[in-house]
Amino acid sequence: MLKKTPLNKKHLQANAKMIEFGGWKMPLHYGSQLVEHRQVRRESGVFDVSHMGVIDLTGQRVREFLRYLLANDIGRLKNPGKALYSCMLNEQGGVLDDLIVYFQDDNQFRLVVNAGPRDRDLAWITRQAKAYGGVRIRDRHDLSMLAIQGPQARTQVQPLLPANLSETAMTLEPFSACWNEEILVSRTGYTGEDGFEVILSPQKCADFWDGLLATGVKPIGLGARDTLRLEAGLKLYGTDMDEKHSPLEADLLWTVAWSPENRDFIGRNALQAQREKGGHQKMVGLVLVGKGVLRSNQTIYTENGVQGRITSGSFSPTLGVAIALARLPTDTYEQVTVVIRNKELPAQVVKPPFVRHGKACIELPLQFEEIENE
Amino acid sequence: MNEIPNDLRYTRSHEWARLEQDGSVTVGISDHAQELLGDLVFVELPEVNQEIDVEEQCAVVESVKAASDIYTPVAGKIVAVNTALNDEPELVNHSPYEDGWLFKIQPSDLKTDMGELLTAEEYAKIVEAEE
Repeated sequence: MLKKTPLNKKHLQANAKMIEFGGWKMPLHYGSQLVEHRQVRRESGVFDVSHMGVIDLTGQRVREFLRYLLANDIGRLKNPGKALYSCMLNEQGGVLDDLIVYFQDDNQFRLVVNAGPRDRDLAWITRQAKAYGGVRIRDRHDLSMLAIQGPQARTQVQPLLPANLSETAMTLEPFSACWNEEILVSRTGYTGEDGFEVILSPQKCADFWDGLLATGVKPIGLGARDTLRLEAGLKLYGTDMDEKHSPLEADLLWTVAWSPENRDFIGRNALQAQREKGGHQKMVGLVLVGKGVLRSNQTIYTENGVQGRITSGSFSPTLGVAIALARLPTDTYEQVTVVIRNKELPAQVVKPPFVRHGKACIELPLQFEEIENE
Repeated sequence: MNEIPNDLRYTRSHEWARLEQDGSVTVGISDHAQELLGDLVFVELPEVNQEIDVEEQCAVVESVKAASDIYTPVAGKIVAVNTALNDEPELVNHSPYEDGWLFKIQPSDLKTDMGELLTAEEYAKIVEAEE
């Protein structure tokens, strides 16, 4: 039985095509994924992300616990309201989940985790917390979540915020949050655009949704969420990252806090060994030269015949070409060959992001026009 | 509810065929097919003058979601392709039976091939069963 978000009826009223995602019934699009993608890049849009898991951790040893639990170091968060992106690893250095942690006060942190691994996360966190007496773990399935993204998003959200938060919210720096008893507002997102994410009760969430739609903010489905995040070079848990691969193999080295050296965190030893040994796979961006669409699981060959694999790929609506994230042998390559429907096509290796704040971040392959004109 | 015009013939793989007054047959994909695929981003068309056999794969439509092979409902020679789709593949989504046609074929055995195709009523039942 699939879980439904509090906005399920509203999605159906808005003509959504619904799909299964991470055990939830979610909107794929409300008519056209491409139109929705462009809507977010040019103006704004709202995503129902109530399938994401919210977990509150409280207690006197919570800071100490999180510094052990996560590969990034929450010790870096100096002031309440700051947020951090981190991987949560197993002992082998594999990624159990990627998440955002909010520092609310010294005895209270909030995690936002992915829908798919949520139950496994809770079990893992509960088990690991046993050595940290007094840490209380609360699964906040009583809360819902919206993401409002795009160059106009923050301005459009402001009038809907409670009076005592409205001003503070507008002065938030990226990756920080403010809250009162009914809503948490953060300047975060998963699209490569500016915007807010809000966490609130189901009833308040429905009102917020209605309020946004009334001011002209368009609903956006998971389809556009996927192409937006891919253009932004953001990895998706379950496809680009999983427990069989370390952050080093998912282009997430930057999220691992090696210093201070005496901080022990789960997976540190395995990760350090892998890093010192070298030779592990790495994740790169690809741009297809010519027409076609890159998709997950397509096979890649390097010039010396070594194989790799696309972890997520699609058509980039902003660039008008196919783009992908792929895992390759560690050596560096400028160009690879992708096998698409039994044809071998060249693809350029690039460094993501592909698009940020509505603008292209990569140069399209020079050969593109030539090949098209052949 | 998907549009299924009465004057066309259909295949189980969701192509449509329309007999034109000049004796050629225009081919496209149904409204139901374009909806299943979602936004098209790329269409690969056959070559003009190419001879193709019935049910031979001769084009590819690719959406953000999936790639789908197109099979010709009738055998013959390709006499025209819809080059507008190179720049605007979304025409297939907006107008599957008019502006979004894929190719025209000069049939070699019209009577046999057309006789094998489904009427709008028969095709509607297939679509209904899929939904």
